[in-house]
Amino acid sequence: MSTAREVDIEVENDDAFDAPVVVSSDTASTTQADVSREIAEIAADYQRSGLEETQPRLDYAPYRSSVLRHPTKDLHHVDPETIELWAPCFGERDVSPLEADLTIQEGGEPLGERIVVTGRVVDGAGRPVAGQLVEIWQANAGGRYIHKRDQHPAPLDPHFTGVGRCLTGADGSYRFQTVKPGPYPWKNHHNAWRPAHIHFSLFGTDFTQRMVTQMYFPGDPLFALDPIYQSITDQRARDRLVATYDHDVTQHEWATGYRWDIVLTGSQRTLMEES
Amino acid sequence: MTALVPTPGQTVGPFFGYALPFDRDNELVARSHPSSVRLHGRVTDGHGRGVPDALLELWQAAPDGSVVQQAGSLHRDGWTFTGWGRASTDADGHYVFTTLRPGASQPGRAPFFALAVFARGLLNRLFTRAYLPDDAEALADDPLLTSLEPERRETLVCRPDDHGYAFDVRLQGDGETVFLRYPGQ
Repeated sequence: MSTAREVDIEVENDDAFDAPVVVSSDTASTTQADVSREIAEIAADYQRSGLEETQPRLDYAPYRSSVLRHPTKDLHHVDPETIELWAPCFGERDVSPLEADLTIQEGGEPLGERIVVTGRVVDGAGRPVAGQLVEIWQANAGGRYIHKRDQHPAPLDPHFTGVGRCLTGADGSYRFQTVKPGPYPWKNHHNAWRPAHIHFSLFGTDFTQRMVTQMYFPGDPLFALDPIYQSITDQRARDRLVATYDHDVTQHEWATGYRWDIVLTGSQRTLMEES
Repeated sequence: MTALVPTPGQTVGPFFGYALPFDRDNELVARSHPSSVRLHGRVTDGHGRGVPDALLELWQAAPDGSVVQQAGSLHRDGWTFTGWGRASTDADGHYVFTTLRPGASQPGRAPFFALAVFARGLLNRLFTRAYLPDDAEALADDPLLTSLEPERRETLVCRPDDHGYAFDVRLQGDGETVFLRYPGQ
Protein backbone atom coordinates (compact mmCIF):
# COMPACT_ATOMS: atom_id res chain seq x y z
CA MET A 1 0.00 0.00 0.00
CA SER A 2 2.78 2.39 0.86
CA THR A 3 6.27 2.74 -0.45
CA ALA A 4 7.29 5.47 1.97
CA ARG A 5 10.74 4.85 3.33
CA GLU A 6 11.02 3.92 6.96
CA VAL A 7 11.86 6.97 8.99
CA ASP A 8 13.24 6.52 12.46
CA ILE A 9 11.23 8.84 14.59
CA GLU A 10 11.12 8.96 18.32
CA VAL A 11 7.51 9.11 19.31
CA GLU A 12 7.44 9.72 23.02
CA ASN A 13 4.62 12.10 23.42
CA ASP A 14 2.35 11.58 20.48
CA ASP A 15 -0.38 13.63 22.05
CA ALA A 16 1.72 16.70 21.57
CA PHE A 17 1.90 16.47 17.82
CA ASP A 18 -1.33 17.97 16.66
CA ALA A 19 -1.83 20.36 19.49
CA PRO A 20 -1.29 23.89 18.31
CA VAL A 21 1.64 25.96 19.54
CA VAL A 22 5.02 24.36 19.89
CA VAL A 23 6.18 23.86 23.44
CA SER A 24 8.02 20.53 23.37
CA SER A 25 11.53 20.25 22.04
CA ASP A 26 10.86 16.93 20.22
CA THR A 27 8.71 18.46 17.59
CA ALA A 28 10.23 21.89 17.74
CA SER A 29 13.62 20.52 16.75
CA THR A 30 12.28 19.35 13.39
CA THR A 31 12.23 22.19 10.91
CA GLN A 32 9.96 22.85 7.98
CA ALA A 33 13.01 22.18 5.78
CA ASP A 34 13.34 18.68 7.30
CA VAL A 35 9.67 17.94 6.72
CA SER A 36 9.72 19.43 3.23
CA ARG A 37 12.71 17.23 2.37
CA GLU A 38 10.81 14.13 3.51
CA ILE A 39 7.78 15.20 1.51
CA ALA A 40 9.95 15.73 -1.59
CA GLU A 41 11.63 12.32 -1.26
CA ILE A 42 8.30 10.54 -1.05
CA ALA A 43 6.98 12.58 -3.98
CA ALA A 44 10.01 11.65 -6.08
CA ASP A 45 9.55 7.95 -5.26
CA TYR A 46 5.92 8.26 -6.24
CA GLN A 47 6.79 9.89 -9.57
CA ARG A 48 9.21 7.07 -10.34
CA SER A 49 6.68 4.37 -9.45
CA GLY A 50 4.48 5.11 -12.45
CA LEU A 51 1.43 4.07 -10.40
CA GLU A 52 -1.53 6.36 -9.81
CA GLU A 53 -2.65 6.87 -6.22
CA THR A 54 -5.96 8.56 -5.54
CA GLN A 55 -6.20 8.45 -1.73
CA PRO A 56 -3.85 9.58 1.05
CA ARG A 57 -1.21 7.19 2.28
CA LEU A 58 -1.94 5.91 5.74
CA ASP A 59 1.79 5.47 6.38
CA TYR A 60 3.11 8.98 5.85
CA ALA A 61 5.90 9.83 8.29
CA PRO A 62 6.04 13.59 7.56
CA TYR A 63 2.69 13.68 9.39
CA ARG A 64 4.19 12.59 12.70
CA SER A 65 0.95 11.51 14.34
CA SER A 66 0.46 8.87 11.64
CA VAL A 67 3.62 6.98 12.61
CA LEU A 68 2.01 4.84 15.31
CA ARG A 69 -1.52 5.06 14.00
CA HIS A 70 -1.39 3.41 10.58
CA PRO A 71 -1.96 -0.29 9.98
CA THR A 72 1.18 -2.07 8.81
CA LYS A 73 -0.72 -4.85 7.04
CA ASP A 74 -2.53 -4.38 3.74
CA LEU A 75 -6.23 -3.70 3.90
CA HIS A 76 -8.06 -6.99 3.36
CA HIS A 77 -10.30 -7.21 0.31
CA VAL A 78 -13.83 -8.24 1.15
CA ASP A 79 -17.13 -8.32 -0.70
CA PRO A 80 -19.67 -6.26 1.21
CA GLU A 81 -22.56 -8.05 2.85
CA THR A 82 -26.09 -6.73 3.00
CA ILE A 83 -25.68 -4.36 5.94
CA GLU A 84 -22.60 -2.81 4.31
CA LEU A 85 -24.62 -2.18 1.14
CA TRP A 86 -26.87 0.24 2.99
CA ALA A 87 -26.17 3.45 4.81
CA PRO A 88 -27.78 4.96 7.87
CA CYS A 89 -30.75 7.15 7.08
CA PHE A 90 -31.07 10.77 8.20
CA GLY A 91 -34.02 13.08 7.75
CA GLU A 92 -35.62 16.36 8.64
CA ARG A 93 -35.97 15.27 12.26
CA ASP A 94 -32.17 15.09 12.42
CA VAL A 95 -31.15 18.38 10.82
CA SER A 96 -32.70 21.84 10.90
CA PRO A 97 -32.25 23.87 7.70
CA LEU A 98 -30.78 26.63 9.88
CA GLU A 99 -27.77 24.46 10.66
CA ALA A 100 -26.43 25.10 7.14
CA ASP A 101 -25.85 28.75 8.04
CA LEU A 102 -22.83 29.08 10.32
CA THR A 103 -23.20 32.87 10.45
CA ILE A 104 -26.48 32.96 12.40
CA GLN A 105 -25.87 30.49 15.21
CA GLU A 106 -24.67 32.54 18.15
CA GLY A 107 -26.76 35.64 18.33
CA GLY A 108 -24.60 37.89 16.18
CA GLU A 109 -22.53 38.07 13.04
CA PRO A 110 -19.13 36.35 13.13
CA LEU A 111 -16.14 38.34 11.96
CA GLY A 112 -14.41 37.41 8.75
CA GLU A 113 -14.95 37.03 5.07
CA ARG A 114 -18.50 35.74 4.53
CA ILE A 115 -18.55 32.89 2.00
CA VAL A 116 -20.94 30.41 0.45
CA VAL A 117 -19.65 26.88 -0.14
CA THR A 118 -21.80 24.71 -2.37
CA GLY A 119 -21.53 21.66 -4.58
CA ARG A 120 -22.86 18.18 -5.20
CA VAL A 121 -22.26 14.80 -3.60
CA VAL A 122 -22.27 12.06 -6.23
CA ASP A 123 -21.22 8.42 -6.33
CA GLY A 124 -18.54 6.94 -8.54
CA ALA A 125 -20.98 6.70 -11.46
CA GLY A 126 -22.01 10.33 -11.10
CA ARG A 127 -25.39 9.56 -9.56
CA PRO A 128 -26.49 12.13 -6.98
CA VAL A 129 -26.49 11.11 -3.33
CA ALA A 130 -29.85 12.54 -2.27
CA GLY A 131 -31.18 13.32 1.20
CA GLN A 132 -27.97 12.36 2.95
CA LEU A 133 -26.15 13.97 5.88
CA VAL A 134 -23.23 16.37 5.36
CA GLU A 135 -21.41 17.65 8.47
CA ILE A 136 -18.73 20.36 8.49
CA TRP A 137 -16.48 21.97 11.07
CA GLN A 138 -13.80 24.62 10.78
CA ALA A 139 -11.66 27.25 12.50
CA ASN A 140 -12.88 30.82 12.69
CA ALA A 141 -11.50 33.65 10.56
CA GLY A 142 -8.56 34.02 12.94
CA GLY A 143 -7.60 30.36 12.63
CA ARG A 144 -8.96 29.30 16.02
CA TYR A 145 -11.23 26.36 16.84
CA ILE A 146 -13.50 26.52 19.83
CA HIS A 147 -12.18 23.08 20.82
CA LYS A 148 -10.56 23.18 24.25
CA ARG A 149 -7.36 21.65 22.89
CA ASP A 150 -6.88 24.59 20.58
CA GLN A 151 -5.01 27.06 22.77
CA HIS A 152 -3.21 29.02 20.11
CA PRO A 153 -3.39 32.72 20.91
CA ALA A 154 -5.77 33.81 18.19
CA PRO A 155 -9.12 35.24 19.28
CA LEU A 156 -12.23 33.15 19.74
CA ASP A 157 -15.29 34.62 18.07
CA PRO A 158 -18.30 34.67 20.40
CA HIS A 159 -20.56 34.56 17.35
CA PHE A 160 -19.01 31.55 15.65
CA THR A 161 -18.97 27.86 16.54
CA GLY A 162 -17.72 26.63 13.17
CA VAL A 163 -20.10 23.65 13.09
CA GLY A 164 -22.70 23.02 10.39
CA ARG A 165 -24.91 20.29 8.99
CA CYS A 166 -27.27 19.82 6.10
CA LEU A 167 -29.06 17.17 4.08
CA THR A 168 -28.30 16.94 0.37
CA GLY A 169 -31.04 17.83 -2.10
CA ALA A 170 -32.54 15.51 -4.69
CA ASP A 171 -29.68 16.40 -7.03
CA GLY A 172 -27.06 15.68 -4.35
CA SER A 173 -26.47 19.38 -3.73
CA TYR A 174 -25.38 20.92 -0.45
CA ARG A 175 -24.90 24.57 0.48
CA PHE A 176 -23.37 26.24 3.53
CA GLN A 177 -22.99 29.90 4.43
CA THR A 178 -20.01 30.53 6.70
CA VAL A 179 -16.87 32.65 7.03
CA LYS A 180 -13.56 31.77 5.47
CA PRO A 181 -11.40 29.93 8.02
CA GLY A 182 -7.91 31.16 8.74
CA PRO A 183 -4.74 29.05 8.59
CA TYR A 184 -3.42 27.96 11.98
CA PRO A 185 -0.22 26.71 13.59
CA TRP A 186 0.13 23.14 14.86
CA LYS A 187 2.81 21.06 16.50
CA ASN A 188 3.89 18.64 13.79
CA HIS A 189 7.20 20.49 13.56
CA HIS A 190 8.63 23.95 14.26
CA ASN A 191 6.60 26.72 12.60
CA ALA A 192 4.11 24.27 11.08
CA TRP A 193 0.93 25.83 9.66
CA ARG A 194 -2.13 24.16 8.21
CA PRO A 195 -3.60 25.61 5.00
CA ALA A 196 -7.09 27.01 5.58
CA HIS A 197 -9.62 24.20 5.31
CA ILE A 198 -13.13 23.07 6.16
CA HIS A 199 -13.61 19.52 7.44
CA PHE A 200 -16.36 17.55 5.67
CA SER A 201 -18.04 14.35 6.89
CA LEU A 202 -20.00 12.49 4.21
CA PHE A 203 -22.30 9.50 3.92
CA GLY A 204 -23.33 7.74 0.73
CA THR A 205 -26.00 5.20 -0.06
CA ASP A 206 -23.71 2.38 1.16
CA PHE A 207 -21.78 2.12 4.42
CA THR A 208 -18.70 1.41 2.26
CA GLN A 209 -18.83 5.02 0.98
CA ARG A 210 -18.45 6.66 4.39
CA MET A 211 -15.71 9.28 4.34
CA VAL A 212 -14.25 12.29 6.15
CA THR A 213 -12.07 14.77 4.33
CA GLN A 214 -10.98 18.42 4.17
CA MET A 215 -11.81 21.07 1.59
CA TYR A 216 -9.14 23.65 0.80
CA PHE A 217 -9.16 27.06 -0.88
CA PRO A 218 -7.53 27.75 -4.25
CA GLY A 219 -3.97 29.08 -4.36
CA ASP A 220 -3.10 28.52 -0.70
CA PRO A 221 0.65 29.18 -0.24
CA LEU A 222 0.83 26.53 2.50
CA PHE A 223 -0.10 23.57 0.27
CA ALA A 224 3.48 22.56 -0.51
CA LEU A 225 4.46 22.68 3.17
CA ASP A 226 1.58 20.72 4.67
CA PRO A 227 2.17 17.01 5.34
CA ILE A 228 -1.54 16.25 5.71
CA TYR A 229 -2.39 17.63 2.26
CA GLN A 230 0.80 16.14 0.80
CA SER A 231 -0.05 12.68 2.18
CA ILE A 232 -1.98 12.46 -1.08
CA THR A 233 1.00 11.93 -3.34
CA ASP A 234 -0.73 12.64 -6.65
CA GLN A 235 -1.23 16.26 -7.71
CA ARG A 236 -4.48 15.55 -9.58
CA ALA A 237 -5.84 13.77 -6.51
CA ARG A 238 -4.80 16.66 -4.24
CA ASP A 239 -6.52 19.09 -6.60
CA ARG A 240 -9.79 17.22 -5.97
CA LEU A 241 -9.79 18.67 -2.45
CA VAL A 242 -9.49 22.27 -3.62
CA ALA A 243 -12.65 24.30 -4.13
CA THR A 244 -13.08 26.58 -7.13
CA TYR A 245 -13.93 30.24 -6.82
CA ASP A 246 -17.26 30.62 -8.65
CA HIS A 247 -18.57 34.09 -9.35
CA ASP A 248 -22.01 32.61 -10.09
CA VAL A 249 -22.12 31.51 -6.46
CA THR A 250 -20.90 34.88 -5.23
CA GLN A 251 -23.76 37.09 -4.07
CA HIS A 252 -23.95 40.82 -4.78
CA GLU A 253 -22.80 42.86 -1.77
CA TRP A 254 -23.03 39.81 0.46
CA ALA A 255 -20.64 36.83 0.13
CA THR A 256 -18.03 35.33 -2.16
CA GLY A 257 -18.76 31.86 -3.50
CA TYR A 258 -16.87 28.59 -3.75
CA ARG A 259 -17.90 25.40 -5.49
CA TRP A 260 -16.68 21.97 -4.48
CA ASP A 261 -18.10 18.68 -5.74
CA ILE A 262 -17.49 15.43 -3.89
CA VAL A 263 -17.28 12.00 -5.49
CA LEU A 264 -17.80 9.03 -3.19
CA THR A 265 -16.63 5.56 -4.11
CA GLY A 266 -18.95 3.52 -6.32
CA SER A 267 -22.22 2.28 -4.88
CA GLN A 268 -21.79 -1.49 -4.52
CA ARG A 269 -25.51 -1.91 -3.99
CA THR A 270 -26.44 -0.15 -7.22
CA LEU A 271 -23.87 -2.21 -9.10
CA MET A 272 -25.45 -5.39 -7.74
CA GLU A 273 -28.96 -4.23 -8.49
CA GLU A 274 -27.98 -3.40 -12.06
CA SER A 275 -26.14 -6.63 -12.72
CA MET B 1 -20.61 4.67 -18.01
CA THR B 2 -17.32 6.27 -17.05
CA ALA B 3 -16.34 5.86 -13.42
CA LEU B 4 -15.41 9.09 -11.66
CA VAL B 5 -12.35 9.12 -9.47
CA PRO B 6 -13.34 9.36 -5.80
CA THR B 7 -12.43 12.42 -3.76
CA PRO B 8 -9.54 11.65 -1.38
CA GLY B 9 -10.13 11.30 2.34
CA GLN B 10 -8.19 13.23 4.99
CA THR B 11 -7.69 12.77 8.70
CA VAL B 12 -10.54 13.73 11.01
CA GLY B 13 -7.88 15.76 12.87
CA PRO B 14 -7.82 16.72 16.55
CA PHE B 15 -10.77 19.11 16.66
CA PHE B 16 -13.81 17.04 15.72
CA GLY B 17 -14.80 16.79 19.37
CA TYR B 18 -17.03 19.86 19.35
CA ALA B 19 -18.58 19.02 15.96
CA LEU B 20 -19.30 15.34 15.46
CA PRO B 21 -20.40 14.04 18.89
CA PHE B 22 -24.02 14.61 19.86
CA ASP B 23 -26.28 13.77 22.77
CA ARG B 24 -26.72 9.97 23.18
CA ASP B 25 -24.67 9.38 20.03
CA ASN B 26 -23.43 6.04 21.37
CA GLU B 27 -26.76 4.89 22.83
CA LEU B 28 -28.62 3.15 20.01
CA VAL B 29 -30.96 1.98 22.76
CA ALA B 30 -31.24 2.92 26.41
CA ARG B 31 -29.35 0.77 28.90
CA SER B 32 -32.71 -0.01 30.48
CA HIS B 33 -33.92 -1.66 27.26
CA PRO B 34 -34.55 -5.34 28.15
CA SER B 35 -32.37 -6.54 25.25
CA SER B 36 -29.62 -3.92 25.48
CA VAL B 37 -26.02 -5.05 25.17
CA ARG B 38 -22.77 -3.19 25.55
CA LEU B 39 -20.19 -3.19 22.76
CA HIS B 40 -16.99 -1.70 24.08
CA GLY B 41 -13.23 -1.82 23.83
CA ARG B 42 -10.07 0.18 23.36
CA VAL B 43 -8.52 1.80 20.35
CA THR B 44 -4.75 1.44 20.65
CA ASP B 45 -1.70 2.61 18.71
CA GLY B 46 1.50 0.83 17.72
CA HIS B 47 2.83 1.06 21.28
CA GLY B 48 -0.36 -0.38 22.73
CA ARG B 49 -1.41 2.94 24.21
CA GLY B 50 -4.98 4.11 24.13
CA VAL B 51 -5.87 6.58 21.39
CA PRO B 52 -7.79 9.35 23.17
CA ASP B 53 -8.93 11.16 20.04
CA ALA B 54 -10.53 8.44 17.95
CA LEU B 55 -14.12 8.25 16.79
CA LEU B 56 -15.93 5.01 15.98
CA GLU B 57 -19.13 4.66 14.01
CA LEU B 58 -21.30 1.60 14.34
CA TRP B 59 -23.73 0.44 11.66
CA GLN B 60 -25.67 -2.77 12.15
CA ALA B 61 -28.73 -4.80 11.32
CA ALA B 62 -31.70 -5.09 13.65
CA PRO B 63 -31.97 -8.21 15.84
CA ASP B 64 -34.03 -9.92 13.11
CA GLY B 65 -31.29 -9.23 10.55
CA SER B 66 -33.23 -6.54 8.72
CA VAL B 67 -31.57 -3.33 7.56
CA VAL B 68 -32.97 -0.33 9.41
CA GLN B 69 -33.80 2.76 7.36
CA GLN B 70 -35.07 5.04 10.10
CA ALA B 71 -34.13 8.68 10.54
CA GLY B 72 -33.62 10.07 14.01
CA SER B 73 -30.10 9.09 15.02
CA LEU B 74 -29.07 12.69 15.73
CA HIS B 75 -32.10 13.40 17.95
CA ARG B 76 -32.87 10.09 19.55
CA ASP B 77 -36.44 9.77 20.77
CA GLY B 78 -35.64 6.79 23.00
CA TRP B 79 -37.90 4.42 21.06
CA THR B 80 -36.60 4.31 17.49
CA PHE B 81 -33.75 1.92 16.75
CA THR B 82 -31.78 3.46 13.86
CA GLY B 83 -28.96 0.91 13.67
CA TRP B 84 -26.32 3.64 13.67
CA GLY B 85 -24.28 5.33 16.35
CA ARG B 86 -21.09 7.22 17.01
CA ALA B 87 -18.70 6.94 19.98
CA SER B 88 -15.68 9.03 20.95
CA THR B 89 -12.84 7.41 22.85
CA ASP B 90 -12.01 8.59 26.36
CA ALA B 91 -8.60 9.59 27.73
CA ASP B 92 -7.61 5.89 27.82
CA GLY B 93 -8.81 5.10 24.30
CA HIS B 94 -11.93 3.33 25.52
CA TYR B 95 -15.22 3.49 23.63
CA VAL B 96 -18.66 2.12 24.43
CA PHE B 97 -21.92 1.61 22.57
CA THR B 98 -25.24 0.53 24.04
CA THR B 99 -27.13 -1.35 21.38
CA LEU B 100 -29.01 -4.51 20.39
CA ARG B 101 -27.54 -7.74 19.08
CA PRO B 102 -27.58 -7.62 15.28
CA GLY B 103 -29.06 -10.52 13.38
CA ALA B 104 -27.38 -11.96 10.30
CA SER B 105 -28.09 -9.67 7.37
CA GLN B 106 -27.74 -12.59 4.96
CA PRO B 107 -29.24 -16.03 5.71
CA GLY B 108 -26.77 -18.42 7.32
CA ARG B 109 -24.08 -15.78 7.71
CA ALA B 110 -22.44 -14.80 10.96
CA PRO B 111 -23.82 -11.52 12.29
CA PHE B 112 -21.44 -8.62 12.87
CA PHE B 113 -21.25 -4.98 13.79
CA ALA B 114 -19.83 -2.90 10.90
CA LEU B 115 -17.41 -0.26 12.19
CA ALA B 116 -15.74 2.81 10.68
CA VAL B 117 -12.72 4.16 12.55
CA PHE B 118 -11.48 7.76 12.50
CA ALA B 119 -8.65 9.35 14.51
CA ARG B 120 -6.18 12.15 14.62
CA GLY B 121 -3.08 10.72 12.95
CA LEU B 122 -5.15 8.34 10.82
CA LEU B 123 -5.08 9.83 7.33
CA ASN B 124 -8.18 8.05 6.06
CA ARG B 125 -11.02 6.17 7.72
CA LEU B 126 -10.72 2.44 8.27
CA PHE B 127 -13.47 -0.15 8.02
CA THR B 128 -13.69 -3.35 10.02
CA ARG B 129 -16.21 -5.91 11.29
CA ALA B 130 -16.81 -7.01 14.88
CA TYR B 131 -18.38 -10.47 14.64
CA LEU B 132 -20.62 -11.82 17.36
CA PRO B 133 -18.90 -14.85 18.92
CA ASP B 134 -22.08 -16.82 19.58
CA ASP B 135 -22.66 -18.92 16.45
CA ALA B 136 -19.53 -21.06 16.05
CA GLU B 137 -20.86 -22.81 12.97
CA ALA B 138 -21.61 -19.59 11.10
CA LEU B 139 -18.20 -18.17 12.09
CA ALA B 140 -16.46 -21.29 10.80
CA ASP B 141 -18.19 -20.86 7.43
CA ASP B 142 -17.77 -17.11 7.09
CA PRO B 143 -16.06 -16.17 3.81
CA LEU B 144 -14.08 -13.30 5.30
CA LEU B 145 -12.99 -15.12 8.44
CA THR B 146 -12.00 -18.29 6.59
CA SER B 147 -9.82 -16.22 4.26
CA LEU B 148 -7.65 -15.12 7.20
CA GLU B 149 -4.90 -16.78 9.23
CA PRO B 150 -6.28 -17.93 12.60
CA GLU B 151 -4.50 -15.27 14.65
CA ARG B 152 -5.68 -12.51 12.33
CA ARG B 153 -9.20 -13.97 12.30
CA GLU B 154 -9.39 -13.55 16.08
CA THR B 155 -9.00 -9.80 15.74
CA LEU B 156 -12.47 -9.62 14.15
CA VAL B 157 -14.40 -11.64 16.72
CA CYS B 158 -15.85 -10.01 19.84
CA ARG B 159 -15.20 -11.51 23.26
CA PRO B 160 -18.35 -12.09 25.30
CA ASP B 161 -18.46 -10.34 28.65
CA ASP B 162 -20.96 -9.65 31.40
CA HIS B 163 -22.91 -6.99 29.56
CA GLY B 164 -22.38 -7.96 25.94
CA TYR B 165 -19.22 -7.84 23.91
CA ALA B 166 -15.68 -6.52 24.00
CA PHE B 167 -13.88 -5.57 20.80
CA ASP B 168 -10.52 -3.80 20.65
CA VAL B 169 -9.32 -1.87 17.63
CA ARG B 170 -5.52 -2.15 17.34
CA LEU B 171 -4.39 0.28 14.69
CA GLN B 172 -0.87 -1.12 14.53
CA GLY B 173 1.43 -3.76 15.99
CA ASP B 174 0.72 -6.93 17.97
CA GLY B 175 -2.72 -8.24 17.18
CA GLU B 176 -3.27 -5.51 14.59
CA THR B 177 -6.93 -5.51 13.65
CA VAL B 178 -7.85 -6.64 10.15
CA PHE B 179 -9.10 -3.58 8.26
CA LEU B 180 -11.13 -3.92 5.11
CA ARG B 181 -11.05 -2.69 1.55
CA TYR B 182 -14.24 -3.03 -0.47
CA PRO B 183 -14.25 -3.56 -4.26
CA GLY B 184 -13.36 -0.41 -6.18
CA GLN B 185 -11.38 1.12 -3.30
